[in-house]
Amino acid sequence: MQLPDAEHLLANLTERVRHDLGPNTALVGIYTGGVWLAERLHQNLQLSLPLGTLDVSFYRDDFGQIGLHPQIRPSDIPFKVEGSHIVLVDDVLYTGRTIRAAINELFDYGRPASVRLAALIDRGGRELPMAAQYVGTVLDVPSDKMLALEKSAEGKLSLSLYDKRRDNE
Amino acid sequence: MTNAGTMSNNPQLNKNGQLQHLLTTEGLPAPILLHILDTAESFVGVTERDVKKVPLLRGKSIFNLFFEPSTRTRTTFEIAAKRLSADVVNLNIAASSQSKGETLLDTVDNLSAMHADMFVVRHSQSGAAHLIARHMRPEIHIINAGDGRHAHPTQALLDVFTIRRYKSDFRNLRVAIVGDILHSRVARSQIHALTTLGVPEVRVIAPKTLLPAKVERLGVHVYHDMTQGLKDVDVLMMLRLQNERMLSARLPSTEEYFKYYGLTQEKLALAKRDAIVLHPGPMNRGVEIDSAVADGKQSVILPQVTFGIAVRMAVMSILAGS
Repeated sequence: MQLPDAEHLLANLTERVRHDLGPNTALVGIYTGGVWLAERLHQNLQLSLPLGTLDVSFYRDDFGQIGLHPQIRPSDIPFKVEGSHIVLVDDVLYTGRTIRAAINELFDYGRPASVRLAALIDRGGRELPMAAQYVGTVLDVPSDKMLALEKSAEGKLSLSLYDKRRDNE
Repeated sequence: MTNAGTMSNNPQLNKNGQLQHLLTTEGLPAPILLHILDTAESFVGVTERDVKKVPLLRGKSIFNLFFEPSTRTRTTFEIAAKRLSADVVNLNIAASSQSKGETLLDTVDNLSAMHADMFVVRHSQSGAAHLIARHMRPEIHIINAGDGRHAHPTQALLDVFTIRRYKSDFRNLRVAIVGDILHSRVARSQIHALTTLGVPEVRVIAPKTLLPAKVERLGVHVYHDMTQGLKDVDVLMMLRLQNERMLSARLPSTEEYFKYYGLTQEKLALAKRDAIVLHPGPMNRGVEIDSAVADGKQSVILPQVTFGIAVRMAVMSILAGS
């Protein structure tokens, strides 16, 4: 299937997020693809609050089935969560389970004034009542395929489609 | 390096090569050690937050089974379990059924009938944790928190974690382990972990009476003299003089031990200028280490305790997920 251009979608997403920016808006990227996007958004939007990153491995609901992720990066929230307006950033919104985990983790840092979600692609297939306020595009992806964001050595973002080995977002 | 043959023979690994129990650092492949250290790095961030807890082991029961006294190790295992949201039960065995004659395996059988998911075991007999691991159903995980003179793997892991935090690359370090090597399960576990992680030169410095026979076979360089042994060293790992394990008089006096092997500022000056000093605790000030060094700026003894919690959280969550 024909995949959209990730750089073009990122430009769309940037303008949508820009529309709602306030002085207390902070971006938090979810590893791995979400962090790449959040870095670019943060740079494009010139936000004053530093960028946050989350690795939701300790909050996933499938630990009992698949155990701990083999590679975990430290989460880092370098601003005061209490009272801030947070935009979570992820590459692909699918079942909603990663977002559930991310929101739970975020609340262990403090009580944000609001949390919104920016996703490059909404591929449907939700298993939880989650919605993104900012979306690059909506794309119908067969359920046996995995859609992943990739980053080239030069930093250019692109999308790839894989056969799914296990349920993954 | 490892291969399929050694993997299947290692009682700590399951058939997929994942860590099932943590009994010793001996024979653990470097990727497993590094996975523990990397995971611990993420838990350091968790322990610095307002809410120092993650829901990972919610609903799991962890039994701290201490047949030997311990404050720091038992407490840090307890805190680690609680920060993973597990339910933790501490058993002070000296005051329980064992004094009424129950055997070790009967004790653990009874506790596993209470639906334990993990046992943290400290015992004065070498091999106690192995015995329990062989005896239990495979879904129950065992962590050795020190068995006799044999092994104390989580201490060694927190030591190498601390070293990595201050000295980025293991592959160009000179490390000296100083003191009572003979009675030290910590030293054995440290040596295995350091050599597996690629430290090119591990020294042991001790009087002959406090060294095990043929210690060179572990791949270490032996010194009996601090002046030679500490030269150009990056990391000093001090050991406690274990009075309670001294079967016979191996030393004339603790004063004489301090004179030759106690770490003072003068002796520390023989090592590299940016050398760090570790000690597993509890310290005997004025015996193996001088207060000026223990409280000095090259000491990383208290950070070791803090990192110990993150390392134990990493071990528990990797085991529970295997």
